[in-house]
Amino acid sequence: MSGYFSSRDLAMRFGGIRAVEGVSFDVQRGEVFSIIGPNGAGKTTIFNMISRIYTPSGGTLHFDGHDITRIAPHRIAGLGIARTFQNIELFANASLLQNLLIGRHCHSSVSVLSQLGFLPNVRRAEVEHRKRAEEVIEFLGLQRNRDQLIANLPYGVRKVVELGRALCTQPKLLLLDEPSSGLNVEETDEMAFWIEDIKKDLGITIIMVEHDMKLVSAVSDRVMALNQGRILAMGTSAQVQSDPEVIRAYIGGEPEVVS
Amino acid sequence: MNRLKTSYEQDLRLARRRWDVPCYGLLLVALLLVPQFASTFYVGEISFVFIYSIAGVGLMLLTGYTGLVSLGHAAFLGIGAYANAILLANGVPFALSLPLSGLIAAFAGVVIGIPTLRMSGLYLAIATLAFGSIVILVGEKWHSLTGGFDGFPVPHPSVLGYVLEGPSAVYYMALGVLVAVLLVAMNILRAPLGRAMVAIRDSEISAQSMGINLAFYKTVVFAISAGITGLAGALFGHYVRHLAPDSFGILLSIQLVTIVFIGGLGSLHGAVFGAAFVAMLPQAIALVRDDLPFGMGRLPGLEPSLFGLILVLVIMFEPSGIHGRWLKTKRWFKSFPLHKRAAFRRQKTYAKSDRLR
Amino acid sequence: MDDVVRLLQLAVNGTAAGCIYGLVALGFVLIYKATEMVNFAQGELMMLGAFFAYTFVGILGFNYWLGFLCAIAATAAFGYMLDAVVLRRVIGQPQFAVVMLTLGLAFIFRAVAGAVWGYDAVGFTTPFTNKVANFGSGVVLGQDNVSIIIGTVILCAVLYVFFSRTRLGIAMQASSQNQLAAYYMGIPVRTVFSLIWAISAGVSAVAAVLLVPVQMIDVNMGIIGIKAFAAAVLGGFGSIPGALVGGIVIGIVEQLAGYYLPAGSMELTSNIVLLGVLILRPQGLFGQVIRKRV
Repeated sequence: MSGYFSSRDLAMRFGGIRAVEGVSFDVQRGEVFSIIGPNGAGKTTIFNMISRIYTPSGGTLHFDGHDITRIAPHRIAGLGIARTFQNIELFANASLLQNLLIGRHCHSSVSVLSQLGFLPNVRRAEVEHRKRAEEVIEFLGLQRNRDQLIANLPYGVRKVVELGRALCTQPKLLLLDEPSSGLNVEETDEMAFWIEDIKKDLGITIIMVEHDMKLVSAVSDRVMALNQGRILAMGTSAQVQSDPEVIRAYIGGEPEVVS
Repeated sequence: MNRLKTSYEQDLRLARRRWDVPCYGLLLVALLLVPQFASTFYVGEISFVFIYSIAGVGLMLLTGYTGLVSLGHAAFLGIGAYANAILLANGVPFALSLPLSGLIAAFAGVVIGIPTLRMSGLYLAIATLAFGSIVILVGEKWHSLTGGFDGFPVPHPSVLGYVLEGPSAVYYMALGVLVAVLLVAMNILRAPLGRAMVAIRDSEISAQSMGINLAFYKTVVFAISAGITGLAGALFGHYVRHLAPDSFGILLSIQLVTIVFIGGLGSLHGAVFGAAFVAMLPQAIALVRDDLPFGMGRLPGLEPSLFGLILVLVIMFEPSGIHGRWLKTKRWFKSFPLHKRAAFRRQKTYAKSDRLR
Repeated sequence: MDDVVRLLQLAVNGTAAGCIYGLVALGFVLIYKATEMVNFAQGELMMLGAFFAYTFVGILGFNYWLGFLCAIAATAAFGYMLDAVVLRRVIGQPQFAVVMLTLGLAFIFRAVAGAVWGYDAVGFTTPFTNKVANFGSGVVLGQDNVSIIIGTVILCAVLYVFFSRTRLGIAMQASSQNQLAAYYMGIPVRTVFSLIWAISAGVSAVAAVLLVPVQMIDVNMGIIGIKAFAAAVLGGFGSIPGALVGGIVIGIVEQLAGYYLPAGSMELTSNIVLLGVLILRPQGLFGQVIRKRV
């Protein structure tokens, strides 16, 4: 397997519908790899297969030497893969801080019995988790809303918390599902900066599903275009955006390279 | 005014506000002195509230915090009660029979937890309902173990040679267990287990993405919840002195769920408030019975119907329960006189589809 | 030959009992499909229907068929009022809250029924009481059971035509599937839901009256709700034909268990079937597995 993350002949069929078919790609360590395509192209389905919400109908997925095609869903975080969800799947009745602390769960190794008594090792671990969560809060500028319930926060802030929670798992691979959807221009610019920082300062590999071509061109090292479950083109952002197949399927109209 | 915090440890403390320790300390002292001054009737009533509170905390952890609805929790009360009584009758010392009955109930919790791991919401509730019915039916039929319909007398416990009998003994036992259970519950809620519970309640899919093993945690929570309720059952046995299988049926399960509900989901205070309400309701009804118009007081079935009426009214008008109302009142006082009416009006909500959980 | 006759007898008894379970389950499923509310007071609605019928036929002396219709109308009106006054106010609350609400209502209905009609069991004569139907070659069945089966078939046919052919029925289907879209189409969704409650209550009333020749009317007859629940789950909680099939299966299995297994097994049957279905095949026989899209 050549890439840090690789997919070979990945397929997902729901009854007679072929949502994803014959998708093979590699992602190199430390790069930002974007997946674009019209709605229904199968982008989020691929993410759902990686995070084991779906089981692929065919093909394999490998990450960092492990075959993750069929492992249990809760083991993904321990392997270093984190994701954000398109429609935000935060824990609505908990505070922002608690959401981030839940992100630390895969690094928690205290036994249930010692938690019942809140023994000193549990206390130490809790302080440690809090420190890490605070680092993420500082990185994303969420101090103001630390103790607010998610249900009371505006959409833009929730998107950022979703990202923060994924960062708390200290991932090696971050899957971002439409990070800019629902955000205005300024928020999207901030998101672009954060993605850059995550890549450069934290050294995290990123796979991103996006519709916003400006964001894709700004941060991506490589882009893959999907349509109806199959790969149309793969390459740099400029290459993919000027591919005639891609234009016909997705962008439509006159070819226009955005850089 | 909140003190400014200087370390993360302050957020982890159980007593987070300056007046927590003196207030609860005073409460504890007052409770310890009650049997010295009050009549046996009131001592018994408050013991009953303690016992229901313990069961309430057990169910609150499962339903209020983890979101798993159980309509058969009375079965665990029954299992705990019978286990304790049977062990005592066979010569096991009380210091062992009490924790053992909790463990046996916890084991039963695992037995019902494992098959129901993939069920959610409504289906889980129905499954627990069926389970509860089956346990009661088995209890009735298994004459050699439980005495069936004849009932089972509960022997008096003895510790270090002293026989513990009488309402005061039950009172102190129940108070002790309640304090211990509350401490354990508070520990759980500030530890990763408590967060995992809330995560499971709010979004199972992303809980898994965060590394939470649903099967493991749901089973653990079922076991802990059932175990705590089993302890309440053991104490219940000492309170009523004579056990019968049909007192642990659906009506009791619904009373337990009402405790959690009226108290306010997701709050330990709520479990205690709710327990106080449900435990004292029969007495309250008895008091006003004769004053009711149209001779309503003399009707059989008055108690369950008033119960039902209160349930209906609470759900229609204050679904966040006593704890919710308490929080709203606090907020009102805090912002007085600048509060806005709109902040206290219940928001109109639209039905969220539970079919797609 | 005797065994065959006995099996047939058990099958018919089971089917008749199952039809009743199925009709009550139908009431559940109608409401659930539309509003996702689970009505734990469905059995009590049936009980009220029975008492209404008793009032019309037994006390006021109406003709059986007229009393039947009046009972259906009265119970349907009651169901409508219930939704309009109580249930509408709790839309948007979690499912658990509605479950508790209907449980509370069940208690209230039982107490009110006891207060109005007393706690003794009552009944009234029907054209099918104590009569038998002879089908030849030793097969003799009670007319009461046969009437239950035939009545159920007729009711289901009526409901089928109503839901698939009439405007109101189609409006109900639309409201069940997508409330917002139904509103956009100009359907008065809240009224439609109240009408669904009315139909559900009416169906329970039919079940109640069909049951009269077989069983006495009393305040606790709503306990049948739990078996009807098992039927609805077995059939797949969103499926209308499933509810009936589920009911009949449970009815027959119960009869067989009562005959061939040791005493006391009959009561356990529906609970065990319920648990078994939930564990092994939660979508039941005809339900759909729906997954959340993330």
